[in-house]
Amino acid sequence: MSNSNAILETKNLAIGYTNSNRQNIILKDINVSLNKGQLVCFMGPNGVGKSTLIRTICGTQKLIDGEITIADNDITKISKSKLAKLISVVLTDRINAGNLSVKELVALGRYPYIGWNVSFSKEDMLQIEKAIELTNIQSLVDYKIYELSDGQLQKVMIARALCQDTPVIILDEPTAHLDLNNRVEVINLLHDLTKHNGKTILMATHELDLALQSADRIWLAGSNQPIIDGFPEDLVLNGAIDEVFGLKGFDLKTGRLEKRLGKGSVSLKGDGHNYLWTKNALERHGYSVESDSVISIEIEVNQKLQWRIRKEGEHIVHTLEDLIELLN
Amino acid sequence: MKDYSKKLFLWLPISIAVLFLLNISLGSITIPFDEVINILLGNDGSKESWANIIINFRLPKALAAVVVGAGLSISGLQMQTLFRNPLAGPFVLGLSSGASLGVALLLLAGVGVVGTGLFGLSSWLVVIAASVGSALVLSLVMVVSVRVQDSMTLLIIGLMFASLTGAVVSILQYFSTGEEIQVYLFWTFGSLGGLSWNEVSILLLILISGLMLVIAAIKPLNALLLSENYVQSMGLNVRKSRAVIILSTSLLAGSITAFCGPIAFIGLAVPHLTRLLFHTSDHKILIPAVAMTGSIIMLICDIISQVPGSDMILPINAITSIVGAPVVIWIILRRGTMKNTFAG
Repeated sequence: MSNSNAILETKNLAIGYTNSNRQNIILKDINVSLNKGQLVCFMGPNGVGKSTLIRTICGTQKLIDGEITIADNDITKISKSKLAKLISVVLTDRINAGNLSVKELVALGRYPYIGWNVSFSKEDMLQIEKAIELTNIQSLVDYKIYELSDGQLQKVMIARALCQDTPVIILDEPTAHLDLNNRVEVINLLHDLTKHNGKTILMATHELDLALQSADRIWLAGSNQPIIDGFPEDLVLNGAIDEVFGLKGFDLKTGRLEKRLGKGSVSLKGDGHNYLWTKNALERHGYSVESDSVISIEIEVNQKLQWRIRKEGEHIVHTLEDLIELLN
Repeated sequence: MKDYSKKLFLWLPISIAVLFLLNISLGSITIPFDEVINILLGNDGSKESWANIIINFRLPKALAAVVVGAGLSISGLQMQTLFRNPLAGPFVLGLSSGASLGVALLLLAGVGVVGTGLFGLSSWLVVIAASVGSALVLSLVMVVSVRVQDSMTLLIIGLMFASLTGAVVSILQYFSTGEEIQVYLFWTFGSLGGLSWNEVSILLLILISGLMLVIAAIKPLNALLLSENYVQSMGLNVRKSRAVIILSTSLLAGSITAFCGPIAFIGLAVPHLTRLLFHTSDHKILIPAVAMTGSIIMLICDIISQVPGSDMILPINAITSIVGAPVVIWIILRRGTMKNTFAG
């Protein structure tokens, strides 16, 4: 599928490794595209070839067959220095730059534009400042890299990529090792960069929930099948994601773990968050919530939140923990 | 002025100048300081022999100290960055062992050097033998380093090369005459003295070309702080950069080892010392800073090795470690861990 909006496109691409006379093709018939200003998540189980495709797109690994075009350039025909002005990366490689300051590390992003003597022009300084501002790391600029937390470091690495001033940014698992707050912050940052700054971002990730909430498209790689390039919700509904991940015990359509029920049923009255979380606690402990049951639970909100339970008499509890204990 | 530029452009050059003068003023023969200045300014000294000592012996030796200190330290810095390993240095990876083997092959098994003297007509041959030896070992290490990503493995392989060359040298010694062995042994002690002006100029020339190569590699060296994949993603050619770094290192360390013997410690320790002093990993600052710090350390070691006021001259190779190691340990303990300054 060829379209004029695509900034990066692959045609019948085959990737893998070539040893002296043997070809080990990992993925083939790859026909995917990145559209300008989109955030695309690249998903698939471990070992399916995500990193290989990313390396091939970045030009560090040779493609076996087919073609990759970026901004109307054949990737095998343009120079490394030109490619460096089209694609920047955030990798999972261990870095060794502990003694660099944050600003010095961000400034590395300007290397495709400066000469051997590493002197920065006004324009370079401007881009460095801009990248620092966009990633909101102004307060960190004078810190040394070894002083940063994982989340801060990831934002600095993203700032370095931004500083390289390329239309396309490719990230390999940028949210690995981050806690939930930082994961959300990084994803929101990437999302904003596509929407407000016109960047096109491809991100390999395992975070299905975050991908479904923020990606414009998903590239889905499974073993022994071509990569599917689709609209996130469509991939959920047509079962493509289920199939690739072989999700066990996870109900993707509701986005929740399948509950192993079996302790009987209760009826529940209440609304809003109180209802949802009570239901969650009940289901987690094996009770299904039905409209009619011998056991009934009513959520009451007076001055304090409380649960009125009718089960061989009437009880009132003030925490869900007590509620579950009572039912058991 | 930024924090580092004062150190870089003021304190280091001043230290070098002072130590250089001190180095020239001290020695087994006591020459008054004003006479030293007088002779340096081109006047005749009160004694003809003094002028001779200063101009033809102490001056080239002090210059050699500057060049050797700078060259070895720069080599060490490059190896540490390239291999991403704080323990790397010319010695660890077997570069000096390679040079030793080259020289041993030449002195013990090769051309009849005895009679012409170690640094007579054959000095060029020694340089070539040492350079070829070191370049060979480094290329082998590089080939291995492409196959293994783990730098620990690489260090072990470097150690193996050192053992291997050591064994070959032992065999050569076994079949050599006592005279030949003595010449070789003296070479391994290391020596800054005994270099003619010609030889010092060659060293200086090599240092300048080596430095030019390093300066051309500032960008890839800095990018290597991230990783080789990042180097490539920034439009730099990894293989070419690696080749430049290896060429510069083997040129510097190889030729210095050839002229002055395998000098320990400097290449490993000075880069760490400099990182601690300058709080940076930026090679644009590190390269001049490491070069000057290396010169300073080497000048100090040379002053000590002459044991001022006595006739003794101790092997420089021993002094660098005996004096340098405690200093480095002290600085590290005072300034924090190397992990912070080196790794991420």
